[in-house]
Amino acid sequence: MPSVTENYDVCVVGAGHAGCEAALACARLGLETIIFTISIESIAMMPCNPNIGGSSKGHLVREVDALGGQMGINIDKTFIQSKMLNQSKGPAVHSLRAQADKEAYTHQMRKTLENTDHLTLRQAEVTELIIEEGMVKGVRTFSGGTYYSKAVVLCTGTYLKARCLCGDMVNPTGPNGLQAANGLSASLMEHGVELFRFKTGTPARIDKRSIDFSKMEEQFGDERVVPFSFSTDPDTVQIDQVSCWLTYTNEKTHEIIRNNLDRSPLFSGMIEGTGPRYCPSIEDKVVKFADKNRHQVFIEPEGLYTNEMYVGGMSSSLPEDVQYEMYRSVPGLEHAKIVRNAYAIEYDCINPRQLKSSLEFKEIRGLFSGGQFNGSSGYEEAAGQGLVAGINAAMYVKGKEPMILDRSESYIGVLIDDLVTKENTEPYRMMTSRAEYRLLLRQDNADLRLSRRGYEVGLISQERYDQIVEKERQIEKEVDRIEHVMMGANGRVQEFLEQHKSASLKTAASLAELIRRPELCYEDFVQLDENRPELPDDVIEQVNIHVKYEGYIQRQKKQVEQFKKLEKKKLPEHFDYGKVKSLRLEAQQKLNLYQPQSVGQASRIAGVSPADISVLLVYLEQKKREMES
Amino acid sequence: MKTDTIAAIATAMSNSGIGIVRISGSQSFSVIDRIYRPKRGEKKLSQEKSHTIHYGYIYDGEKMVDEVMVLLMKAPNSYTTEDTVEIDCHGGTLVIRRILETVLKYGARAAEPGEFTKRAFLNGRIDLSQAESVMDVIQAKNQFALESSLKQLQGVLYQRIQKLRAGVLHEIAFIESALDDPEHVSLDGYGEKLMKVVKNSASEINKLIKSSENSTLLKEGIQTVIVGKPNAGKSSLLNRLVGKEKAIVTDIAGTTRDVLEEQISLNGITLQIVDTAGIRDTVDIVEKIGVDKAKEYLLNADLIIYVVDASLPLDENDREILELLENRKAIVLLNKTDLKTVVEVSDFAERLHPNQYILPVSAKEGIGLEQLEEAITNLFFQGELSWNDEVFITNVRQKASLQEALKSLELVKESIEAGMPEDFYSIDLMNAYEELGNLIGESVGEDLVNEIFSKFCMGK
Repeated sequence: MPSVTENYDVCVVGAGHAGCEAALACARLGLETIIFTISIESIAMMPCNPNIGGSSKGHLVREVDALGGQMGINIDKTFIQSKMLNQSKGPAVHSLRAQADKEAYTHQMRKTLENTDHLTLRQAEVTELIIEEGMVKGVRTFSGGTYYSKAVVLCTGTYLKARCLCGDMVNPTGPNGLQAANGLSASLMEHGVELFRFKTGTPARIDKRSIDFSKMEEQFGDERVVPFSFSTDPDTVQIDQVSCWLTYTNEKTHEIIRNNLDRSPLFSGMIEGTGPRYCPSIEDKVVKFADKNRHQVFIEPEGLYTNEMYVGGMSSSLPEDVQYEMYRSVPGLEHAKIVRNAYAIEYDCINPRQLKSSLEFKEIRGLFSGGQFNGSSGYEEAAGQGLVAGINAAMYVKGKEPMILDRSESYIGVLIDDLVTKENTEPYRMMTSRAEYRLLLRQDNADLRLSRRGYEVGLISQERYDQIVEKERQIEKEVDRIEHVMMGANGRVQEFLEQHKSASLKTAASLAELIRRPELCYEDFVQLDENRPELPDDVIEQVNIHVKYEGYIQRQKKQVEQFKKLEKKKLPEHFDYGKVKSLRLEAQQKLNLYQPQSVGQASRIAGVSPADISVLLVYLEQKKREMES
Repeated sequence: MKTDTIAAIATAMSNSGIGIVRISGSQSFSVIDRIYRPKRGEKKLSQEKSHTIHYGYIYDGEKMVDEVMVLLMKAPNSYTTEDTVEIDCHGGTLVIRRILETVLKYGARAAEPGEFTKRAFLNGRIDLSQAESVMDVIQAKNQFALESSLKQLQGVLYQRIQKLRAGVLHEIAFIESALDDPEHVSLDGYGEKLMKVVKNSASEINKLIKSSENSTLLKEGIQTVIVGKPNAGKSSLLNRLVGKEKAIVTDIAGTTRDVLEEQISLNGITLQIVDTAGIRDTVDIVEKIGVDKAKEYLLNADLIIYVVDASLPLDENDREILELLENRKAIVLLNKTDLKTVVEVSDFAERLHPNQYILPVSAKEGIGLEQLEEAITNLFFQGELSWNDEVFITNVRQKASLQEALKSLELVKESIEAGMPEDFYSIDLMNAYEELGNLIGESVGEDLVNEIFSKFCMGK
């Protein structure tokens, strides 16, 4: 029977947050790219919370932007409220979070995809991978079409064999009632890919008109909004913002939940998948933290042109009637009308141990993957991986070295490294505590950290890159200058210090030393520092941070140097560690299973001891010398 | 690979009681300059020529530690091919340890088990043909260090460290959960609360450091236990070993157990020998009790010497003890070869294990003792590479870890006092947590993430 056959450089499967970044990266790098989605209307859909960013996730968005991705630009155009979280804490944990107009977000991304050269959009379900001799050759769709390509990027999100649960109601669909993708799992398994079954959940959406906001606390956005994208002019994002609302559960709510636990698929054993601990359902919270007599509930708008409100903090898989009872026990929600039920969703994803740091499958050349398919959770985590998978698919097609981001240069690097080296038993969420060098990996310096990488792969323009280089130069010059500007112990300086409740000087000190005092900052010295050059705000911000936290930053830089040494020691592919007899048995088994790419990666695998690492180093040296002799 | 400066004790291959502290790495000379004062003259050792020996004193600040000889070897002409300093002293193990601690205090770090060997190999000093045994030594030393460390931290001490660690982890998890979910968890007024926890933990660590200085932590040397039935000849054997080697370093009467412990040096290996006198004393009561007590010692020993009276046939008790020797480093001595023997080496052939020896001896006549020494040497040396030095450094490493943990907690205090943001506290708290983990051989892994999720309710 005749069927459609087409040829591309890259096929991207799925058009969620990972798929969009992957497809845009490939097309922008000049490769003929096709992106498949089950529904064109669901491009970059946000099926759960209406936010982009948040603690550590905001970092990811900034990094995606610095590398030439789209998420930051897209949210800057479609946000309806924005906040910088943790402002009273150190600069490393400041994090941007915006409320999105979900509909606008989707439309904006769709428009971007549709107007990108070399990019073809196709509504179709991919059901089969074409793989020959360990190398991917393309995909086949449900309707029988064959699409040959040099590389394939899988970003199937939560759609693989998805089923949604609400009480004893089970729907064999993807999120929001969208069609599930039931064919691809079998094709993956046929090619030896190991699959996990994960689950996640979302709360109900409630009609705004049925909510009594007078019983809730209003939550405003920041007065001065900071954009996500380094390319967005801050003046363009000072919009009228929409509020969110805070209320609380109470003992009555908890009692309702406890009385109906037997009807929750989570507790009755109907759900097989492993759920995320950081995103617990309200049932989980009530059971696990029984001593807490209330939990916060955030009521957040889903967009400007809808009355739907998201009930943050109360995701659930309890049956519909219990949901009504439970939500209506919360102050302000007494008369709540549910627009969409809360539900839990189960889906297939891969054991990410099968991936390299480039997000290419270790055993299938040319096959890349990103997002929830890799066992992560969250829009931002998806975008970060999608971008890396897309860039590396492009590098693969072009015959270039992959772009590997490591733990010392980005949260994306931490995310990917954790996925490929750690045992993941639940959907992986980014957290600042996972980044051991977080003082260096700030959201404010993502452009300085990563623009070079984006420029090298070809996603950051010469002009934007030149600006970064100039910014770097200005920061360095100014830091150097204030290290050398001396403040004498004279009347004017002492008076200034007294005004700022800072201890007076006994002898002269450098301006930098004074800025290091917690109660003072760079801007305070505008009068006293007479030869100060005119500098942009973002440069001043960097100067402040550099000077104030210098000691800590230097310490982390030293740790990074040590870290880099082990990362540079590459391990062979497909290696049998049983040959290294001095390794402990457990280490041999784990190393055989994970096949790490560097000694550094090996050191992060549970069950590999420091002694095993020493043994590996000696072994590598032995092989090197044998090669030489 | 690593360029930092490491130090450890390298015991001399002699019975003279001389010990060597070895320092290697780019900072070796600056470390020795800070702690060495010459007998004569003013010249700094870093300005002296390579491969020269100097006579002087080690000082910790203004406090003299010991009179020493210092050998200088500049890169690349040393074992590790790095700048190397060797400090020879003759004051016994306690003084050697003080010198090592001084070296660590002034800029070196305690070497990891097998690290000198590793560096020597990676820097091309050890022949390629020895690669396999280098790897074996590194693994064996690490295993041994971990075991002896855990042995020393048994019981209450281990629990105290675990408790300290759990306390520190809880605080980190609280800070981190607040940073990750600022709208659910608040840090208001947290600094004061943390200050109390940090002060308590610091004073607890201080106590541990003090007790390590009082030697209650210490049992240096390879823990060796001599077991056997009454009249098998254990005491004669011990007397032989002690009498032959005049280099008894200390006599420590057992504190909690009524047994005698002797420290002897044998071909450069230090053995901490426990004579299971308990078995002998309980002979009149029930033989079983003796065996039970022996079991207790056996479990904790690095080396078991089992003395069999070869003039009598083996019985149930012998078999029970033999069971316990499985997979252990052990030497079975068939004693009383001067009499008519009924037990032969061939009776044990089936049981022979790579780490075990069966030797006929006569403690009374002093026959077979050389073979015994050889067997012990074989068990604790691999080729020319010894791992005997590990037994000395375990304590120093433990103390260094405790001190590092304490230093990190002091930094937390400073940060709180200086009004630094809370995320900076968790950096130093994490260091303290890691150091306490080093002490008991546990790494951080997913501890923090697990603690956050199990103790604090987060998320949407």
